[in-house]
Amino acid sequence: MTMVLERRPPSAATRMHARLLAGGRRLHLQDGPIDLIIEADGPEADRRAAFAAAERRFSGLLDELCAEISLLRQPVGASEPNPRGAVARRMTEACRKLAADRFITPMAAVAGAVAEEVLAAMLAEVALERAFVNNGGDIAFHLAPDAAYKIGMIDRPDQPALFGQLRIGYNDPVRGVATSGWRGRSFSLGIADAVTVLARNAAGADATATLIANEVDLPGHGAIARVPARELNPDSDLQGRLVTRAVGPLSPGEIRVALGHGAQYAEQLLHTGLIVAAALHLQGKTRLVGAGPLSVGVEEKPVHVSC
Amino acid sequence: MPDKVPKTEKSEVGKIRCDACPVLCYIREGQDGACDRYANHAGSLVRVDPHVLLSRALEKDGAIVPFAARADDWDGNLVTAADTFVTAIGAGTTYPDYKPAPFIISSAVEGVDMVTVVTEGIFSYCGVKVKIDTDRHLGHECATVKVRGEPVGHVTTAEYGSQMLSLGGVSHLTGGSKKEGRVTCETLLDLCNGKPVELTIDGGASIGVEAGKAPIVNSVREERMRVGCGSATIGMFAKQWRGKVDEVVVVDDHITGVLSEHQAGKMLGIRETGIQIKGRRSTPGRYFQVASPGTGWGGTNISDPLSILTPFDSKRAWPGLSLLMISTTGEHHAYFELDDQLRPVEHQLPERLTDSVARIAENCEPALSTVMFMAGAGGSLRAGVTENPVRLTRAVKDALTYVTCGGAPAYIWPGGGITLMVDVTEMPANAFGSVPTPALVAPIEFTLRLSDYAALGGHMDHVRPLSALRSDSLPRRALWHKGTLPWPLAVRARANKST
Repeated sequence: MTMVLERRPPSAATRMHARLLAGGRRLHLQDGPIDLIIEADGPEADRRAAFAAAERRFSGLLDELCAEISLLRQPVGASEPNPRGAVARRMTEACRKLAADRFITPMAAVAGAVAEEVLAAMLAEVALERAFVNNGGDIAFHLAPDAAYKIGMIDRPDQPALFGQLRIGYNDPVRGVATSGWRGRSFSLGIADAVTVLARNAAGADATATLIANEVDLPGHGAIARVPARELNPDSDLQGRLVTRAVGPLSPGEIRVALGHGAQYAEQLLHTGLIVAAALHLQGKTRLVGAGPLSVGVEEKPVHVSC
Repeated sequence: MPDKVPKTEKSEVGKIRCDACPVLCYIREGQDGACDRYANHAGSLVRVDPHVLLSRALEKDGAIVPFAARADDWDGNLVTAADTFVTAIGAGTTYPDYKPAPFIISSAVEGVDMVTVVTEGIFSYCGVKVKIDTDRHLGHECATVKVRGEPVGHVTTAEYGSQMLSLGGVSHLTGGSKKEGRVTCETLLDLCNGKPVELTIDGGASIGVEAGKAPIVNSVREERMRVGCGSATIGMFAKQWRGKVDEVVVVDDHITGVLSEHQAGKMLGIRETGIQIKGRRSTPGRYFQVASPGTGWGGTNISDPLSILTPFDSKRAWPGLSLLMISTTGEHHAYFELDDQLRPVEHQLPERLTDSVARIAENCEPALSTVMFMAGAGGSLRAGVTENPVRLTRAVKDALTYVTCGGAPAYIWPGGGITLMVDVTEMPANAFGSVPTPALVAPIEFTLRLSDYAALGGHMDHVRPLSALRSDSLPRRALWHKGTLPWPLAVRARANKST
């Protein structure tokens, strides 16, 4: 019998970073790969209570997830046991509806689910006018009646340039926004620079953005470099699946075809109510799917932040 | 029961396991973990967090502190304030800048209280000047330089042995189409961060440029920078040719030199040869425009050196006359002797001349592309430093304030504003970022005596001691300062002491 010795990772309390940004208006929480930017609108005392609740919920959240990580890296199927953790259940729930005709693991919804969970903890503590939890571009938000958020949309996650803004009000059926693409932090099976999805919740937006971005593709095209995911990250839930590493210049026709593949799937998700709208980007071209806030609210206006 | 470390972890070549958090990533060599904060750098786990501190260590130029020395461990170094300099890389910015800069750090250096104001500037007025050591014709002055079909700059005044490009600037960043701005911004960012960029010049060459590396002109790596112009080369080597060859022509697109007619040849008593050169005679033995500019001999478009000669003057030339033709880098050379009809016939280079040919090559420096970042910090950025912005400008001009970019010394132009130039290869890797405006984000640090800072209306209530950095939660990375550069804190401290 051999014993395996492992150095214990540092505990959540010593790992986690929490700090206020923007003169106390925003809270930044970080633990391992999770970075949350949180904002809450309301009276000062409520905001502070909400931030404290967020911090409490966030502490140990990563440990909860990691305790079930191997289950969460398995494709979603009918036979898998339900995970125990609240975040893990949000992840699985978001993916189950998508698993019938696509490969998906709960990890596709992890960022959105974390955002949703932390937002829920804040709202359980105190009523807020508005609040959002932004987990690296996957955002869960809350709106009181008459409140609205303006959201800037980017065309490439690695070099964010705003291509438009949209306004989401209390009556819009949208409480989650997520963006996915091969240039982002997570791997993609497709070639979209970015797919931004508006959905009822953040976990759903995250999972659907991932799948739509996978669908924007030109299988077998010579200008696309792909590598088995496990060669880049031995732990990846995508295992030997080929993930996109580089996309050469495509002709306008090819861009149209690739975006068309994604849009077709997005339409399908739109009809089943899993998304409210989606914006698909590939090499400077954009395809919008869905009515409502996305198509109405897009303003072609660059935002200037220079000195 | 023996304790055993699992074999699988060790035998997985090139992979290491990060235990910074419960995700416990296996990270392959050269890759980042899921958090992008830790990476496998040549087999060891290192922090790659954005905020960069420079540690002074003359021997350890450029090495990254291994993660083995944990954040908590090297944080202790901060106590020895004089040996830690906080750069603005990853420091963030506070736009709009009426708010104080993100870090205003005080430290005592050699008995003087110093303060360093650290911010990342967003520069919409910025660009790079690129110096390409080559005589080859890259493009006409004012010709447009393009990247992926978008104009990003132009060819500017050539320098001695080098071609110069001016890239970026507001008219490309924000004055043209959106795509032009984006491509320009990406080009500047890549060049400043030391990445290779492919440039094409309208009506000229395509050039691979990477700061501090040899330029690649039309897919050919440029090895050597010319020893001098053709005339200068004659001047330098005339004595070594005397008695070994009757005539030497140094082919150069700028000034082609002819030994027998050149002042140096005359002084040495070299006999007239009746050689006749095309082009415009400037002064004796010096010719402009012997051919068109190009990428052949000496930056001309010729591949046959005889094409710049007209027939020898039969009254002066003689059968058997020996002629060496050579380019300014020694890269091209050919040896001829005149036949009975006074026509040059190529022969193998005789033994007696091989040394002089080798010496020209030996005296050439390696050709490099160099990239200077140039930007104007005269705008609102100054308000993050002081409530009285013009006083900062004056303090910089009066040399009370020392300006660095990522710890590298910046040259400040005379005249109004704070217009700076810095060699990007002296800055830590990946010091630059960008914003969608588009504009570049570059680190800038102002170091001055604490009392001077107070006098110019500094944000005194935001001055923090260096040790305070230990208690905030920002991740930081320590780098070793390049020993060849002045230590930023010492420059002003020493100057202050002597006054």
